Amino acid sequence: MTMHQLFKSRLTMIVAVVVLAALLPMFFPSAYYYRVAALVFVFALAGIGLNLLMGYTGQVSLGHAGFIGIGAYAVAVGPTHFGLPPWLSFLVGAALSAAVAYLVGRPILRLRGHYLAVATLGFGTLLSIVFTNEAHLTGGPDGMAVQRLLLFGWAARGSETWYWISAISFVIGAVLAVNLMDSPTGRALRAIHDSEVAARVLGIDVAKKKLTVFVISAVYASVAGSYLALFNGHITPEVSGFLRSIELVAMVVLGGMGSIAGSLVGAAVIVMLPQVLSFLHDYEHMVLGLIIMAVMIFLRQGIVPSLTAMLARRHP
Amino acid sequence: MAELLQFVFSGLTVGAVYALVALGFTLIYNASDVVNFAQGEFVMLGGLTTVFLGLAGVPLPLAALIAIVATIAVGLALHRFAIEPARSAGPVVLIMITIGASIFLRGAAQVVFDKRFHSLPQWFGADPIRVGGAAILPQSLVVLFGALAIVVLLWAFIDRTLFGKAMIATAANRLAARLVGINTRAIVGFSFAISAAIGAVAGILITPITLTSSEVGTLLALKGFAAAMLGGIGNAAGAVVGGILLGLLEAFAAGYLSSQYKDAVAFLVILAVLSAMPHGLFGRARVDRV
Amino acid sequence: MTILAVDRLSITFGGVCAVDAVSFGIPQGLVFSIIGPNGAGKTTLLNLISGLYLPQDGRVLLAGEDVTGWVPERLARRGLSRTFQNLQIFFRLTAIENVMVGRHRHERTGLLADLLHLPAVGRQNRLTRQQAAAALERIGLQAMADRPAGSLAYGDLKRLEIARALATEPTLLLLDEPAAGCNAVEAAELEGVIRAIAKDGVTVVLVEHNMRLVMNVSDRILVLANGRTLAEGSATEVRADPAVIQAYLGVHGAQEAGHAGG
Repeated sequence: MTMHQLFKSRLTMIVAVVVLAALLPMFFPSAYYYRVAALVFVFALAGIGLNLLMGYTGQVSLGHAGFIGIGAYAVAVGPTHFGLPPWLSFLVGAALSAAVAYLVGRPILRLRGHYLAVATLGFGTLLSIVFTNEAHLTGGPDGMAVQRLLLFGWAARGSETWYWISAISFVIGAVLAVNLMDSPTGRALRAIHDSEVAARVLGIDVAKKKLTVFVISAVYASVAGSYLALFNGHITPEVSGFLRSIELVAMVVLGGMGSIAGSLVGAAVIVMLPQVLSFLHDYEHMVLGLIIMAVMIFLRQGIVPSLTAMLARRHP
Repeated sequence: MAELLQFVFSGLTVGAVYALVALGFTLIYNASDVVNFAQGEFVMLGGLTTVFLGLAGVPLPLAALIAIVATIAVGLALHRFAIEPARSAGPVVLIMITIGASIFLRGAAQVVFDKRFHSLPQWFGADPIRVGGAAILPQSLVVLFGALAIVVLLWAFIDRTLFGKAMIATAANRLAARLVGINTRAIVGFSFAISAAIGAVAGILITPITLTSSEVGTLLALKGFAAAMLGGIGNAAGAVVGGILLGLLEAFAAGYLSSQYKDAVAFLVILAVLSAMPHGLFGRARVDRV
Repeated sequence: MTILAVDRLSITFGGVCAVDAVSFGIPQGLVFSIIGPNGAGKTTLLNLISGLYLPQDGRVLLAGEDVTGWVPERLARRGLSRTFQNLQIFFRLTAIENVMVGRHRHERTGLLADLLHLPAVGRQNRLTRQQAAAALERIGLQAMADRPAGSLAYGDLKRLEIARALATEPTLLLLDEPAAGCNAVEAAELEGVIRAIAKDGVTVVLVEHNMRLVMNVSDRILVLANGRTLAEGSATEVRADPAVIQAYLGVHGAQEAGHAGG
């Protein structure tokens, strides 16, 4: 497929998502469905960021939930302990995530393969420990309540409201990501994935580019985390935990690395599965573990790329 | 001084467990380039299975033996059904598979056993031995000597037997090993089996002191990995040294700084080692040909 | 002007001196070849010059500027480019995208503009694509433009890497065994490509084993053996040098080299 065709097909993907998001509520029998769909869009948003880092640039982060945690706790702690309005705390959280990503990313992005994987894992778990221990700020393991988002006197509450907020945000995030990939920066990132040494020899500052995409992916996660907290009205350190980070990676791989639509599909599966399998609640970890293993062993290419490849074979 | 000695004792004890976990990591990593996150679950299974068999009336020594065999079976199954099918995949996919396996085993343990903490009786009674103003549990000595025995036995096996040489060959160059007729698949499977056994024994030895539950595996794996990184991944002696060092660092941090952040030490170590000396204390850098 | 000067460059790997006090200078516009038996240190020398390895001794001067120890990204900005012995193609990108990445150093949009896809980005994309297409046409690969690089034949990939390196508009181009794995026809085509590159004013440093090619295109040849300079001179001088014949060419090889032009 030519670059033009690829971009056009991505554009159509975005249009498809917009149409989907607009029409989906017609099928929602109750507020509960709005809630699930909102969660899907929120996690898919974090997934886009992780996709930019893993799918396009070929890096890995097994600690990304840490940034979700920063965003979540920013909107919790800011209003409660510092008197900042939620919208400002939201921005502070994003800035903080970017700063942390910048500081931590510089040394660890020099690493590759499982070294990088474990470094990010260590970093994510470290954040999680901080959120658990700093109880005077964060409320400890039981978490804390989150004030509702107030914009010009209007309170953002309710599953329906958050459905639209998260769907629109997802579309914006997707557009930004697609823009990035169809640009000089995007080509450089994709090149880095295939051969860092060749990229360097062509004049690309590989270290800087990797750091850039790491910071961008952290901001995506932070935004998602803030939404999660504002939506639920309550957060616990679990939101930044090891399991969440692993789920996020599973979403991206399952949906398809390097596929924006895949972020949505992957998030949908991972978010909705516990709902669908609620009768298997006691077996939650067993099922999650099996899914992760199955995805990594058999569905490594991801759902969306596999489907598009299948369709391409039928209609060359 | 007495306080310092106390920290040293507790640090050495828990460090011995980290050393064994790190050793298990290293064995598997050397044979197959896989970082096995389910290593912590092996420790958990060893202890927890023994506990529940004991509760069911099985005499403890027999229970321990059965637990070790069962854990070995789990290790072999992990290799056969989760690792082998994906052996050509990159390191990140393989890590994710072992993470998935560890989550699965954790969930299975929650269901088969339960989520509570359990203990085993100490082997030589619970009366601490007084040394220089500090107290050390007899079980700590069991752990330390047990770990030492395992390390020595393992070293003897790898260094002195033909099978051990085959393992070294597989670790050095998998393709070359296959070309000289070594069944590398069996070697890798065997390394999983040994690692599982080592983990299970570690779990049985330490449970009388630290208790066990279905949840202990994850943190143990992460700490064991930190220890292996500290010593230089792929270096067995380094893994043991790294484990002891990490245990001591944790004990000192808990004692002199903050016991809340005790668990953070391992992660700080991971980040520090990977940032400053990615090849650890004893590892060697690899030169890639362009 | 001496575009590249190498002064007593040395590097040792684990006790083996891979490059041992090698010195030479290349005037601008020449085709300069480095030959020698396997393990002589030719690729190591290229890696030292292109910033992939840090020398333990000696200096590298690019157009008079001391660039010893510079990283590849920085050297690229000074007009140095190279190809690789083991292909470093961006396999997941299409052929034209590979060459487009080669234009990166000349592209002018920033991160914010890229994220927002401002009109300048669209213009830049189009310009880069045009330039890349032209580069592909010059090297005869325009038919493969939109095919994933991973699906191209080995010989085409070697040419693609050259096209990509040329897209950076280098003043100095290092080619690491571009004719490896090529048949006689492809090697002859390569000759033409190298001559055309030199005619455009680009100085070429060529590491090669194909003696016919080397003798046909080279203005000067450096012979390395065991990391040290064995001989340096014109094609005629080098192939008649008894030390070179003994260490590398062999009597038969020298005869063959003599049959090639130049």
